[in-house]
Parts: sequence; C-alpha cells; structure tokens
Amino acid sequence: MFKWFGLVNFAPFTKVTDFAQHLKDGHLKGSRCKKCGATSFPPRADCEVCMSGDFEFFEMSGKGTVHTYTKIVAAPTGFEGVSPYIVGVVDLEEGGRALAWFGETIQEEEIEIGMEIQMVPQIFEELEDIKVYYSLEKPGTTWAVTDSAR
Amino acid sequence: MARVGIIGIGHGVFGRRSDATVQELAFEAFRAAMEDAGIEKDDLDASVIGSVPEYHKQRSLPGVVQEYLGLVPKPTWLTEVACASGSAAIRTAWMSIKAGIHDIVAVIGCQKMTELTTPEILALMGRVGEVQWESVFGTTFPAYYAMFARRHMHEFGTTHDQMLQVAIKNHFYGAKNSCALFQKEITMEKALESEEVATPFHVYDCCANADGAACVILAKEDRAKKISKKPVWLDGMGCATASMSVLRRPNLVGLPSAEEAARVAYEMAGVGPKDIKVAQVHDCFTIAEIMAYEDLGFCKKGEGGKLIEERQTYIEGKIPVNVDGGLKAKGHPIGATGVSLTYEITKQLRGEAGERQVKGADIGLTHNVGGIGQYCFVQVLRRS
Repeated sequence: MFKWFGLVNFAPFTKVTDFAQHLKDGHLKGSRCKKCGATSFPPRADCEVCMSGDFEFFEMSGKGTVHTYTKIVAAPTGFEGVSPYIVGVVDLEEGGRALAWFGETIQEEEIEIGMEIQMVPQIFEELEDIKVYYSLEKPGTTWAVTDSAR
Repeated sequence: MARVGIIGIGHGVFGRRSDATVQELAFEAFRAAMEDAGIEKDDLDASVIGSVPEYHKQRSLPGVVQEYLGLVPKPTWLTEVACASGSAAIRTAWMSIKAGIHDIVAVIGCQKMTELTTPEILALMGRVGEVQWESVFGTTFPAYYAMFARRHMHEFGTTHDQMLQVAIKNHFYGAKNSCALFQKEITMEKALESEEVATPFHVYDCCANADGAACVILAKEDRAKKISKKPVWLDGMGCATASMSVLRRPNLVGLPSAEEAARVAYEMAGVGPKDIKVAQVHDCFTIAEIMAYEDLGFCKKGEGGKLIEERQTYIEGKIPVNVDGGLKAKGHPIGATGVSLTYEITKQLRGEAGERQVKGADIGLTHNVGGIGQYCFVQVLRRS
C-alpha cells in the first residue's frame, strides 16, 4: 500500500510497496539484492549493480547524521497547511541517505550539520486516511512497533 | 569533420508576457534570428524546439510553433531535460548537422510560465526532485539548492553574503540588458530585506519564473562561411547526467554532471578553463553560480565564494560571468534559457555586446543545468 507513504503521494504503485506497510508497523526497511547483496536506502526493487530483480527488505536502525537541511517557507501545492517545515538530508548508519522532516523532539536552533539523529516511523494521526512517513528525532527517541505482517 | 557555426541569433524580452502566446513569443525570437542571418525560410532544413511541456495548456508544442513560424512541412521535434531543454535543442540540431542529415537548422527555446500560480510552479519544479522518496516531504526547487548552499557553507566557509554578491553583480549587468525582466540594480540591504524562501535563501537568491523565447540558427561549416560574415563555432559540446535523487549523489557541494560536461567540452574544443574569456552560467540560485565557478574550473573547489567577493567575475575580472544579468536578472523561462546563454556568448564573441562587451573575447562558454543538476550541457564557442 505505497499510497500510504507521504502527505501527498506521487507514486502509489511500486515494486517496493510493502515498505509503507512495514513503516506503519514501526519498521524502517532498506532493500538488499538477493543475488549480489547490494543494499539501498531508499529501497529499490531492481539492482543497479548486477541487474537482478530479486530483492528482500532488511531492518534499518534509523540512526544517522545530518548532511544538510533547509527550512521551507514557500511551500508547494498540497503542503501549504504544514509550512514552514524543515527538511534534512541524513546519512544513514547502514548506508544510503534519507530526506525527511525534522520532528517535534528537535528545535530549529539545535539543528546543525553532523548532528546525530534517529529516524522514526510516523503516522498522521489527525487524518482519516492512513498516511505514514518518517521524521528526524533526537537519538534515543522510541516508537511503537508491531510484529511485521510479512 | 565539418564544424557547426551559429549564423543567426534572436532574443525576445523576458518577463511576465501577458501580451503574447508561447508561439507568438517564439516568433519574435525567430524573426530576429532570421533577419540577423539574412536567410529565407526555404534555406532552413528543420527546427528544434526546447521547452518544458508541463507549463503550457497546449499539448505537443512543436506543432503549434512550427505552424505559427510558417515552417510546415519541414521537420521539427521537441527536446526536454527540464531547465536545460534549450541546450539540448541546440545539441540535437548540432548532432543532425554533424551527422550530415541537415545543413541549416533553427533552434527555438520558448516558454510561457506565468499562467500558473507560484505554488503550482513550486509544486511542478519541486517534482524535478525524485517524487517517490523526496517530493512526499514537500521539497521545492529552491529547497534543494538551499541544501547545497548550507552544505557548501559548512564545508568551505562560504557565506550568504558572498552568495548575495552574485545577485548584486547579475542585477548590475541586468540593468544594462533591454531583454531582462529586472533592469535595475539591487543593494545588499534590499536583498536581505526580501522574504525568506528556503533558508538560507531569500527571494533575491532565486531567479524568477518568466515568459520568453530565444533563437539561434546553426549551419554546416561551408554554408556558415558563405552566409555569415562572423560565424561563431560550436567547438566543444559536453553533456552529462547526475542521479535524479540527491540521496544518491557523491556530494552535495557541486554538480557532478557539470564537472563531466565541462571535461568533455574542454577536451573536444582543445582548451581549458584558463582559455575562456567570457562565460554564461546557469545561476538559477546564487549558490548555483558559485558552484558553477568551481565545477567549470574557474577556481578551485570551495573557492567560488572568494572569487565573487574579489569581483573576479565582473567584466574587469579574471573571468567575466553572466555579464548579461544571468538568469537572476533576465528571468528564467526554462525552455528559452539555454538558447539565451548561447545567444549572449555569440554576441560577445562577435563583439556586439555594447557596454557589456568583454574586450578581446575570442573563446566563450555556456553552462546550462537541468533540474537540480540531473542534466548539464556545456558549450565552448569560438570566434575563429
């Protein structure tokens, strides 16, 4: 159900669709190529190294460091209601990068390049539709986890 | 192999052109270029249109432009690589002449943007970032460059003040360009007063959406020499890509596509950065011009901020850059921009740039970036 991912989703149908289900259950998953072992975050179904289309998800810790960030004041269509918001690009401990919003546990003044963060699965509670995302929080932040369906 | 020369150039006024359709804008630039070349429509073998379709209500733009220019039934096609669509159009025209298929080809970059609202444009442009994993967080085009800027500041000590000096320079020259959207100088105070867009950027760090068109006419060497008294030659044509997603880039302090495109263009032309007398670079944001100085080899990596601070990219400096006002002051009608860059360098190499002329300019360079660096085209142009 990849349409669950993001406040506005632009790519509802994908081979890594289960990522959003895992995220809803409190799991951050990267992808691993079953043939050559290359890993990726964000996950991808097809291996750019060996061309295999056979992949599996693996659990990521969500630990990372801030690579860069910006506070978006002029928001695009669909995001006016949540602006201004701060997005960061983070280098993840297990490799790969993520782009995400800074969450409530980190104040704007505290943000700096190189700081450690914990990426945390989130659900938009106030919305009727299921919408999930991940946010950048203080290290040590915990969250609810349910056993993954798959 | 035969060279390809520029034999005619034309440029319309960039801005909020509520007086004209996109094909009418195209006509202005085309007519000027044809008059400049002194040829007839029958001399043309084909046209190439550089434009980004999403901004227009008209689907399949080349058809309506071709008809309005009176070029039916000659061939035409569209090139699209976001903000580098104009240079891609020049490249495919150059390729068709190099391949011996066509002798003379008109390239028209044209774009109508201001019929959409700013949030709509922010949404469209933001989606030149990767949509599956990035746009879901409401990223915008300025936000990506703002993140490059922040990282550049962190790694090299570049300052926001240095970035705004790029804007001040480009407005200084834009004030002397009758085709520019903003024909007035700005001050540091005024730039800092402007609203925040995506930190550290204020409005004056960003180029403006605009409508407009530019045209260049290319010809095979023998035809170019016969038709034109001072053809300008496309001697180095570099083109390269970088990953769509910023999450998969080697670093966020430059554009790997620009470095590679520059390497190819310099090699093909047999020159280096020190040989370039005047350059037009893609300053969609202030940091973009600073990164371009570095990616093109005008200074070492990390020293771009210092280069503008020392005023080395003014006409009197070591390497004059964007002395027509750049995207910053001219406005950025995305499909037209690449052609506008080549137009300006052609004027400079012909010695026709008036009060903005760089003395003795014999070799020039254009640098046109698509999206957030996914595509980059670099041209090295020569007078003789």
